[in-house]
Amino acid sequence: MTLDASAAPLLTVRDLHVSFTRGGHTVQAVSGVSFDLFEGETLGLVGESGCGKSTTGRAVARVIAPTSGSVVLGDIDLTTCRPSVLRRERTRLQMIFQDPISSLNPRRRVRDIVAEPLDIWHSAKGQERTRIVTEMLEAVGLDPVLAAPCYPRQFSGGQCQRISIARALVMRPKILICDEMVSALDVSIQAQILNLVEDLKAAYGLTVLFIAHDLAVVKNVSDRVAVMYLGRLCEVAGADDLYRSPRHHYTNALLASAVEPDPDAPRTHAPLQGEPPSPLNPPSGCRFRTRCPRAEERCATEVPELREIEPNHHVACHFPVEIRDRAA
Amino acid sequence: MSTSAPDTAVAPDAGTERPTSGELLEVTDLRTTIRTPRGPLVAVDGVSLRLKRGETLGIVGESGSGKTVLSRSIMGLLPGRGTMLTGSVRFDGQELVGAPESLLRSIWGPRIAMVFQDPMTSLNPVHRIGRQIAETLRLHLKLSKKLANQSAVTLLAQVGIPSPELRARNYPVELSGGMRQRVMIAIALACGPELLLADEPTTGLDVTIQAQILDLLAEAQRMRHMAMIFVTHDLGIVATRTDQIMVMYAGRAVEFAPTHQLFANVRMPYTEALLHSTPRMGNPSHTRLAAIDGRPPDLVSRPPGCSFAARCPYAQDKCREESPMLVADAAEPDHFYACWYPRGTSTPVHPQGAPSDA
Ligand SMILES: Nc1ncnc2c1ncn2[C@@H]1O[C@H](COP(=O)(O)OP(=O)(O)O)[C@@H](O)[C@H]1O
Ligand SMILES: Nc1ncnc2c1ncn2[C@@H]1O[C@H](COP(=O)(O)OP(=O)(O)O)[C@@H](O)[C@H]1O
Ligand code: SF4
Ligand code: SF4
Ligand SMILES: [Mg+2]
Ligand SMILES: [Mg+2]
Repeated sequence: MTLDASAAPLLTVRDLHVSFTRGGHTVQAVSGVSFDLFEGETLGLVGESGCGKSTTGRAVARVIAPTSGSVVLGDIDLTTCRPSVLRRERTRLQMIFQDPISSLNPRRRVRDIVAEPLDIWHSAKGQERTRIVTEMLEAVGLDPVLAAPCYPRQFSGGQCQRISIARALVMRPKILICDEMVSALDVSIQAQILNLVEDLKAAYGLTVLFIAHDLAVVKNVSDRVAVMYLGRLCEVAGADDLYRSPRHHYTNALLASAVEPDPDAPRTHAPLQGEPPSPLNPPSGCRFRTRCPRAEERCATEVPELREIEPNHHVACHFPVEIRDRAA
Repeated sequence: MSTSAPDTAVAPDAGTERPTSGELLEVTDLRTTIRTPRGPLVAVDGVSLRLKRGETLGIVGESGSGKTVLSRSIMGLLPGRGTMLTGSVRFDGQELVGAPESLLRSIWGPRIAMVFQDPMTSLNPVHRIGRQIAETLRLHLKLSKKLANQSAVTLLAQVGIPSPELRARNYPVELSGGMRQRVMIAIALACGPELLLADEPTTGLDVTIQAQILDLLAEAQRMRHMAMIFVTHDLGIVATRTDQIMVMYAGRAVEFAPTHQLFANVRMPYTEALLHSTPRMGNPSHTRLAAIDGRPPDLVSRPPGCSFAARCPYAQDKCREESPMLVADAAEPDHFYACWYPRGTSTPVHPQGAPSDA
């Protein structure tokens, strides 16, 4: 997909901060994240555990309140609008989580789980309700006649994830935020769900924020990818471009750490030693500087801002990685 | 890094003094039947394999395919009472199936060691990690308390734990997942085992940490000429780090080959499905994945015929009636697969009970 940079984004996130205070300590989970989500695209958000992906997703969906910053959907700022407006707007923005089984109420039948948003909003009753539930179950690849009267425990993890998707789609949202939605699934089931997301996105004109730690999974479904480290975005670019020519040193190391099912792939040594620093006390300047092979003095004193170094390729680094083979 | 602790007490190179050829491990027709409320569950159904010193075997399959039960069965660790183990496990010529507990205990640790996915379940939460390593050394190598403590610090340094003297005083909960896995590896390597069984040792770890742990295991293996069985659901991990791969499905070995041959000439449709449904960074975004519908069969009431028949795009009537045996490929005698209508290029010749019959 080529992006028209002049088009107005559907969702705009600016300088998002989220911190959690616990036992006198403050964790800066998200520290100044900005990005746009364009209509019809899938933006992947990738990074290692604890870097703030879920917190970003939850703040965007307004499941949690950000400490500061703005999240603008259409022309409504979800961080400042009135609660009644927020309630309505939130139906246009749905979330799907990693653990499908625990996110479904075990005591309710599938048809009532899927219809729950309709019931809350009194938007459909009787035959109309049944019709919508049937359509949604079919759309996610479940047999409505068999599935509707059953309880979640009668389904496998992959099927439960389909039920979660049906419930998320029932209000016809504009935006789907998927947080590690396939991480607990085996690869054959994962492939079914990833293909389903691609199909539903086309069928329902969805815009997707796809959060995951798996680099290959994220590339597979995304048009653009944002890489996150210790609460900040390092790099945002088109998926193929980013994986071919990473410009941030963290992206570069992350990609070099991943394994591919190919015996001829070069077996490199671990590119990064040690573990990320604590978000309780993040490094000054560039947060990656304590592990970056290219770090200089300036990296400790000056926070690198995300800037566009080539069309549609943004990087937050004072000394970006040189472009490698671009012909491939 | 520690420079003061002596290296002498630990037996890192014990493996190199032992014979370097011949089979270290020979598993023949191993079958593990677990008693469940719903009836007997055949979790491992007639698996055979062979492994030499210094070699690495990857065991790959999706969850529930029997990888963990197989690796534990090889060690003689059975899940619960009433579990039945038949077949043979010969380790360095010694039969382990039906062997007395005392023999198994003398082998666990010093000769065969295991690393699990979740180190938290195998580490003692109320003991400092240094003490846990030292106890292993004292038990098996009969070291003095002082020497064992010093050696524990050396081992922590060897597995890449910074400030090992300080870290030795930590409790497991005070360490990150990656650090705990390093501690588990330190314990597993403490007595210089000849065979290391690593069951999803990096599952749940971030990729940069996974890369470090994989390097650590490879280095330990090279230095000690240790054999390793690497159990994982991730084909990517075994692709560049094993000599042979066994693909498991529903408790059975469905394909078994030297790593390069497996990827170059996939014969069994399940292996093919696994490869084609795995997303790759090397493919352009939006590459359609070849998903396979359905799920593996219930192992308590397994249908007759090929276990993969219900999901296999190439299944024919024969597949639902007769179970395919593991056979050797005509052109690649080390390449075994269980399928009536194989993919790839050559045709099977003679049926084989096991790879070991080649
Ligand atoms: N509810 C919470 N209370 C306190 N700390 C939290 C909470 N949620 C997340 N965190 C912390 O915020 C950081 C980012 O977490 P998270 O957004 O879950 O990361 P990711 O999804 O990338 O793994 C982590 O350090 C995590 O421990
Ligand atoms: N203690 C147990 N009791 C009953 N069934 C078990 C037990 N352990 C494993 N199983 C069953 O044996 C099969 C193989 O499990 P396992 O070896 O853990 O698979 P894998 O490691 O490949 O995910 C599964 O069907 C699982 O449910
Ligand atoms: S800003 Fe400096 S420390 Fe950060 S990634 Fe770039 S070179 Fe490395
Ligand atoms: S034996 Fe038949 S069902 Fe089984 S994998 Fe081969 S073709 Fe498919
Ligand atoms: Mg998360
Ligand atoms: Mg397992």
